[in-house]
Amino acid sequence: MIKSRRTRTTDYIIAFVCLLLIIVCLLPMLNILARSLSSSEALVRNEVMLWPKGLNLNAYKLVLTDSKYTWSLGWTAILTVICTFVSMTMTTLCAYPLTYTQLKGRRFFNTLILFTMYFSAGTIPNYLLYKDLGILNHPLVLIIPNSLSVFYMIIMRTFFYSIPESLRESAEIDGAGPFRILTSIYLPLSKPVIATLSLFYAVGRWNGFSDALMFMNNRVYHPIQLLLYNILNSITAIEVATQEGFASAPGLSDTLQAATVMFATIPILLVYPWLQRYFIAGATLGAIKD
Amino acid sequence: MEKTWADRRRSMANYIRKYWSLYLMLSIPLAYFIIFRYIPMTYIQIAFKRYSIIQSPWEMPWAANNGFEYFLRAFRNLDFLYALRNTLMLNFLDLLAGFPAPIILALLLNELAFPRFKRITQSVAYMPHFLSWIIIAGMAKQLFAPTSGLINIALNRMGFDSIPFLNDPAHWVGTYLFLGIWRNVGWNTIIYLAALTSINPELYEASAIDGAGRMQNIRYITLPSLRPTIITLLILNLGHILSSEFDRPFALSNPLVNSVSNVISIFVYRYGIRGLQFSLTTAVGLFQSVICVIFLFAANALAKRFGERGIW
Repeated sequence: MIKSRRTRTTDYIIAFVCLLLIIVCLLPMLNILARSLSSSEALVRNEVMLWPKGLNLNAYKLVLTDSKYTWSLGWTAILTVICTFVSMTMTTLCAYPLTYTQLKGRRFFNTLILFTMYFSAGTIPNYLLYKDLGILNHPLVLIIPNSLSVFYMIIMRTFFYSIPESLRESAEIDGAGPFRILTSIYLPLSKPVIATLSLFYAVGRWNGFSDALMFMNNRVYHPIQLLLYNILNSITAIEVATQEGFASAPGLSDTLQAATVMFATIPILLVYPWLQRYFIAGATLGAIKD
Repeated sequence: MEKTWADRRRSMANYIRKYWSLYLMLSIPLAYFIIFRYIPMTYIQIAFKRYSIIQSPWEMPWAANNGFEYFLRAFRNLDFLYALRNTLMLNFLDLLAGFPAPIILALLLNELAFPRFKRITQSVAYMPHFLSWIIIAGMAKQLFAPTSGLINIALNRMGFDSIPFLNDPAHWVGTYLFLGIWRNVGWNTIIYLAALTSINPELYEASAIDGAGRMQNIRYITLPSLRPTIITLLILNLGHILSSEFDRPFALSNPLVNSVSNVISIFVYRYGIRGLQFSLTTAVGLFQSVICVIFLFAANALAKRFGERGIW
């Protein structure tokens, strides 16, 4: 009796620790949401904690009327769709042939591909290659160079392996070629993995900025994250200056900053429920050793 | 003899007729790997040569000191030495603080007695992984701001002084580590939780009969079952001790903390892409890649020495 009572208390302690974790995870997001919806006066008076004070949508309206920002949102959305499509095509074209154990040269192709996971030439050789290929500062540099992830390819291949070979063999007897088998058997059966990897690729592109920072000088093609970085850091510069006592604190810029962060976060929060349905399976599939 | 030749040719023709389209499909990703992963490797020779904008890498003249001039220069460059130190320091501290965190959280979630609450905790804890470092940095800058941030407002109201979370080198390192854990701890539990589901429940039944408590179960059943997973992930992490992320330090850094936030990837960006010192930065990149591969092999060999499976 005493023992079961003690177990129950530790159960509640564990639950409490998990509750703290949830709070720590959500706190920054709630804070930024509250700040984006608050009036700039309330922010200056340091009144905003987790609930908006002087509720208004001014910051969002201002951001939405800024053509640079709306263009960047739209461009990043288009870029994300294109990149996801290209990446999934490449990943499928790579994973599917390698599932044929009778494919001659399969071991060689595997080694060739896996080697790139462990050794890469580095940033500067890539930069010089893009320059020589003429895609530096061209939108293609944001699409092609990282369109295929070996890790995701392995996840897809592992999923393909789980499809019974007898299905393929019976289709072969019926006279279907490899491409036909891919489109009418493998792809329809692989919806979960296709959904997972598409979302991974899409989130990766939506969140990515270092390739644009390094290889894209044309600001028109900068994705939303890079624009956000520039917005946040021009304001940080002011804040650092304020701290040193050079300038007075701008009230509005804080709500604006919060609203821009929210705009870049909302798409992720919208896809997250769908993402969540699949990613656990996807994340553990990759752990299986080839 | 002739018959077998004919047979072989016929079966070869048959094989090609059946599978040519597989090679056609594979040719696209293979071309990708050759162009974007292998051809850049030929540019590595720039590390040993004097870069010239009008020549191809093959024609450039060799650098002094048997071609190692730029490696020597890198190690005489104070910025690089700081970047090297910072990379090692941040990665090591990250490993020390960030590696055990998901194991502990996975054990906690495993012991959590309320299934529905467990699912909610998991959903919330996985989410930060999908936020970009720019967004996290934006949130952190507001949350940790010296006068107007939530944390410092709360500290001030409780009568404490403000803490310069992002504006002082020592505090910045702490914040950097914390945000890394914040973003990845939930996500990294997935692999441990998956390993936990494969534990035979009979083990726990047997231990219950023997009167084992919660801690004893963890000590003698749960942790030993996680051992292979822990070792594999430790190898991978050790292999990356000198690799440097770009997004995270770049997004979080500011001019006040450059002395600890400049890592090798940022050095390469500043000196190479912004400063156009291609030979020097290619040399730095090569140094980094080679050390990474050596570390990975060494960690793997070490794991095998201790009777673990290793990663290949």
